[in-house]
Amino acid sequence: MEDFILRRIRISQVELGSKTEIKDGCLFVDAEGLSRVLCEDKQIRRVDIRLARPGESVRIVPVKDVIEPRAKVSGGRETFPGVFSDPDVSAGEGITVVLDGVCVVTTGKMVNFQEGLVDMSGLGAEFSTFSRKYNVVLVIEPVEGLGKHEHERAVRLAGLKAASILGEAGREVRWDEETRIPRRTLPDLLESHTGLPRVVYVCQVIAEGLLHDSYIYGLNAQGCLPVWMLPGEVMDGSLVSGNCAAPCHKHSTYHHQNNPIVEDLLKEHGKTLNFLGVLVTPVKTALVEKVRMCTQALKMVRLMGAHGVILSEDGGGNPENDLMLLDRLLEKEGIRTVLVTDEYAGSDGASPGLADSTPEADAVVTNGNGNQRVILPPMATTIGYPECIDRITGGHAGSLRPDGSVDMEIAGIMGSTNELGLENLMTVAM
Amino acid sequence: MKTIRAVHYINQFFGQVGGEDMANVPPKVVEGPVGFGATIPALSGGRIEIARTVVCGDNYAAENLEELQKTVLEWVREAAPDLFIAGPAFGAGRYGTACGVLCGAVQTKLGIPAITGMHPVNPGYELAGRDVYVIRAKDSAQDLRRVLPLMLALGQKLVDGAPVGRPEEEGYLLRGVRVNVRAPKRGSARAVEMLLKKMAGESFETELPMPTYDRVAPARQVLDMASAVIAIGTEGGIVPRGNPDRIEAHNASKWCRYSIEGLERLQKGDFEVAHGGYDPVAANEDPNRVLPLDGARMLEKEKAFAKLNDWYPVTVGNVTAVRSAERYGREMGEALIAAGVEGVILTST
Repeated sequence: MEDFILRRIRISQVELGSKTEIKDGCLFVDAEGLSRVLCEDKQIRRVDIRLARPGESVRIVPVKDVIEPRAKVSGGRETFPGVFSDPDVSAGEGITVVLDGVCVVTTGKMVNFQEGLVDMSGLGAEFSTFSRKYNVVLVIEPVEGLGKHEHERAVRLAGLKAASILGEAGREVRWDEETRIPRRTLPDLLESHTGLPRVVYVCQVIAEGLLHDSYIYGLNAQGCLPVWMLPGEVMDGSLVSGNCAAPCHKHSTYHHQNNPIVEDLLKEHGKTLNFLGVLVTPVKTALVEKVRMCTQALKMVRLMGAHGVILSEDGGGNPENDLMLLDRLLEKEGIRTVLVTDEYAGSDGASPGLADSTPEADAVVTNGNGNQRVILPPMATTIGYPECIDRITGGHAGSLRPDGSVDMEIAGIMGSTNELGLENLMTVAM
Repeated sequence: MKTIRAVHYINQFFGQVGGEDMANVPPKVVEGPVGFGATIPALSGGRIEIARTVVCGDNYAAENLEELQKTVLEWVREAAPDLFIAGPAFGAGRYGTACGVLCGAVQTKLGIPAITGMHPVNPGYELAGRDVYVIRAKDSAQDLRRVLPLMLALGQKLVDGAPVGRPEEEGYLLRGVRVNVRAPKRGSARAVEMLLKKMAGESFETELPMPTYDRVAPARQVLDMASAVIAIGTEGGIVPRGNPDRIEAHNASKWCRYSIEGLERLQKGDFEVAHGGYDPVAANEDPNRVLPLDGARMLEKEKAFAKLNDWYPVTVGNVTAVRSAERYGREMGEALIAAGVEGVILTST
């Protein structure tokens, strides 16, 4: 099998233009044309396209999803295979171009509490990768009377569509960086690195209903058992966020496209470990579902002959039950496991930070305490609906103060305690 | 830099009153330093001066903690110092108890930073509470020369509001709080490194030791259901329309009680979901499915129990800090007992 290739085009500016194109590292966006295509969805009444650049005095709220614009040059046609009606459901093959430095950010009337905030400057910007991106913000207004599920679906698909359309601008442009991600058969993997410990990455994806869903090749993960994937598949649009869980630790689509655990395991692959692949494992609420998923995950990890597992959480609270259950099952089989999570230790940092625990979980990476309180300075411009801040996760009545500053928990900042470890926040005992 | 005025608390031994035979002496206040307190200005580079010293016998202190607190707080208030220094107490339990309790009281009641030092098994460490910095000391006074400068250095930082480093840098004992910091590497890279060490059988340090939880013993069964008042309650965030008390969708800062007197069921539109941790669509359509008022009324009519309580307790149990949850649970229980309730159907989401 040939390697999968990611070609990154560095984008260092974004402007509105009459045509969507890339010139000298600047992405020009034809806002009118893009808005027109997105409004072809009969559930969308209006889409305003706004731009937000690093360092600007701009706040975006409530943020639903963040997506990296990409296009397939070969090895498939769809940036997000299986999501739309095109019968292309392969990922991680051929060549994909990436508009590196740009993100599509979806906002608009709040669907539910799990929507977040992105500040482009000030203290809030220190907590999020998205504050360092050139963001094309879609302010999406649905038609009147749309149900919450339909509203969520419309904004989710609009974001994916916009990322695919913008990604097309990169098709003919010279790229700056090429990453080759190996595609190997299992026998080949096992034969080529015989002396190295075999590692599987188990990636939880939440599948628990509105704003707690994830999609695997377009299929709601609620209907899936664990799915085996090659590293390149995970990073090539096969996983789409249903905007799940609290903003600080929800895996946005961007996070899946740039899964840092996959990246860092690939860096060590063939040197210190043998990275066999990724097991994408849904998380549901009922205990029977948790046992079902963890039993299946254990079976597959064992089948692969893994020596070690990295297991990342998605969301907080009940997924910790799955986390501890699978950790226990793996450790009992002698499979060494490291958990990647975040914690909710209270604003004073004095509460136990997880909803479940097991003595076997002796190796845990934490990406920070989501309950940390911060005061974010007022911004000159807010894109979206600032009054939502009092209601979103991490906010409270009075979070939005009269001078425009914000008193909230970092739980409301998109990606601040990302449980794939994209940021460098951590918590220490003091 | 401004000189820091401190009040120093020491026991009868360091206060040069006497040994164990003098452990019953009540507290006395002396202007200026006593004993090794005189070395503090030099050890702090001239920054800290001892305005007053309080000396008290260990037995007296341990047996009259309330009284001691009152007296010492008053003496400290009069002196209006910038810093309160207690001990160090090393392994001495009675001495440490006084140091820990006094530091906690001075900080919380007077808002004056406090610093002490003791051995980790000293009961005073626990009593000091998580707001007080306790420098790690050995169990004997021979450690004074090492511990005192650490106490003074950290005390200065507290007064100046300078950032406090990690326990191993500053020499203090863990306070039981977890603080966000920036790591040199991103979380994913740390996970890969930790896994490599773990697989190789090398030593590694987890970033999050497993928390321990309190166990709650189940309440005794309701002996006579026919005459019992039963309540319904939920952490599922079912609130009256518009969430009038603004219970947060996540990490709730409160619990609330709402009347269901005279209601047969929760009407759609009159009650709604304030919880940010589950799909609210079905429960907004029929709030009884999270807070089962309709079923409870049915059972009440069938005389399965005497009466349904006229109000229900509610909060949002969504990544809510355990300490808050413990408090809400206790308060709800007390309020329900006060209302004569004998049993509760508490629904979770």
